[in-house]
Amino acid sequence: MDQMQTKIKTFLSRFFKGHDLQPEEDIFALGFVNSLLAMQLVAYVEKEFGVAVGDEDLDLNNFRSIQSIADFVARKRGAAVEATPA
Amino acid sequence: MNLELTAEQRSARDGFRAFVAAEIAPHAGRWDREEAVPPHVIGRLRELTLLGSNVAPEFGGRGRDMITYGLLTEEIAKGCSSVRSLLTVHDMVAHAIQRWGSREQKERYLPRMARGELLGALALSEPNAGSDAKSIETTAADAGDAWVLDGRKKWTTFGQIAGLFLVFAKVEEKPGEKPESKPAAFLVERETPGVKVKPLKGILGTRASMLAEIELAGCRVPKESLVGRVGFGISHVAAAALEQGRYSVAWGSVGIAQACLDACRAYTQERRQGGSPLADHQLIRRLLTDMIVDVRAARLLCLRSGWLRDAGDPGAFMETMAAKYFASRLAVRAANDAVQIHGANGCSDDYPVGRYLRDAKVMEIIEGSTQIQQITIPLFEFQEF
Repeated sequence: MDQMQTKIKTFLSRFFKGHDLQPEEDIFALGFVNSLLAMQLVAYVEKEFGVAVGDEDLDLNNFRSIQSIADFVARKRGAAVEATPA
Repeated sequence: MNLELTAEQRSARDGFRAFVAAEIAPHAGRWDREEAVPPHVIGRLRELTLLGSNVAPEFGGRGRDMITYGLLTEEIAKGCSSVRSLLTVHDMVAHAIQRWGSREQKERYLPRMARGELLGALALSEPNAGSDAKSIETTAADAGDAWVLDGRKKWTTFGQIAGLFLVFAKVEEKPGEKPESKPAAFLVERETPGVKVKPLKGILGTRASMLAEIELAGCRVPKESLVGRVGFGISHVAAAALEQGRYSVAWGSVGIAQACLDACRAYTQERRQGGSPLADHQLIRRLLTDMIVDVRAARLLCLRSGWLRDAGDPGAFMETMAAKYFASRLAVRAANDAVQIHGANGCSDDYPVGRYLRDAKVMEIIEGSTQIQQITIPLFEFQEF
């Protein structure tokens, strides 16, 4: 598990007490996902990783697991780099 | 966290305070009796750019920081909770668009909302759906090139005059799919055929908030009216709007409580009973002490919430709920004690404290009732420890 995944796991673990969340594990299938987690997760991803989550990113697959969140952040960062003028 | 206001924030607060003292507070009792905020007052809010405070400069807004916005809300609420509720609901809609709207929606609506030319109203509650937002019955059907909305919204603040409704509906999906699992948010312009607005009168508090019932009958809106995506209407769009609303209501509650304190400070020094001013009676001082200390505590909670919101901190959600919970309950206690201190005078229209009590009660119900906060706040505690 890389550093980003570890950070995401630490954040998510607060919502899944007593469960050793695995990188590919579907957090929606585990339950306990409500609007409180949803909005905090968006704020966390934006603040911790410096990416903006927009309306086009509202896709459960972007937030389904530690791995999918890490992939989403990497894609957003890649897109931001591409959009930056040389 | 810095507890000191900046020079700009103090200056802005002084400006808000002077405006409210001159143009809002002296007339609030009449507006309450007439159950309407006059158009010229909304015109003044527009001139002073007090609507759409948090809209980013990119979209023509002032981009006020959360602390300045809080100070504005407190000062307006000190004068008139109905005017405060206009700011609250308008800014909730603007915030939701700014947070989850498409680029086109932001460009179409936010500049006009920032100028106050277009008023926003939140159409979430229904006759059978209040705290349980997911149980909304309004439907949105996919008609190919448009969405067709059908249903009835209730308690829509400033629905009587708003030009834009943020409507929440459940999307009727393909056969076999559960429609209740697909809540969505739509921007519906007032002039859209099928929109019917019915004023609601005789409300307990914030009586000039021009509440309305909104009927949507075969209301066709463009596909581009969808905010965010289907399925995220409650969890993200409504959640963002309500979070903004809770923040505004928290500060508004501080404003009511401060107004109660101001009224009681003046009254207890002027009114004499038993040969001395009321302020010299120990039991009165006890009531004043609770008010003085609790107002300070509530304001600190609001400042902490604002500071975290400005920082984009995930913890802001909990702190905003805590601020709203504490401040709205305080407003009721303070207003109740203010009426008690004023005695029979407090029960008459000659003094504003009776209105404060009616307005304060509303604060415990809107944007998440006290009981909803009591269910939710411990969940944050459990996730932290």
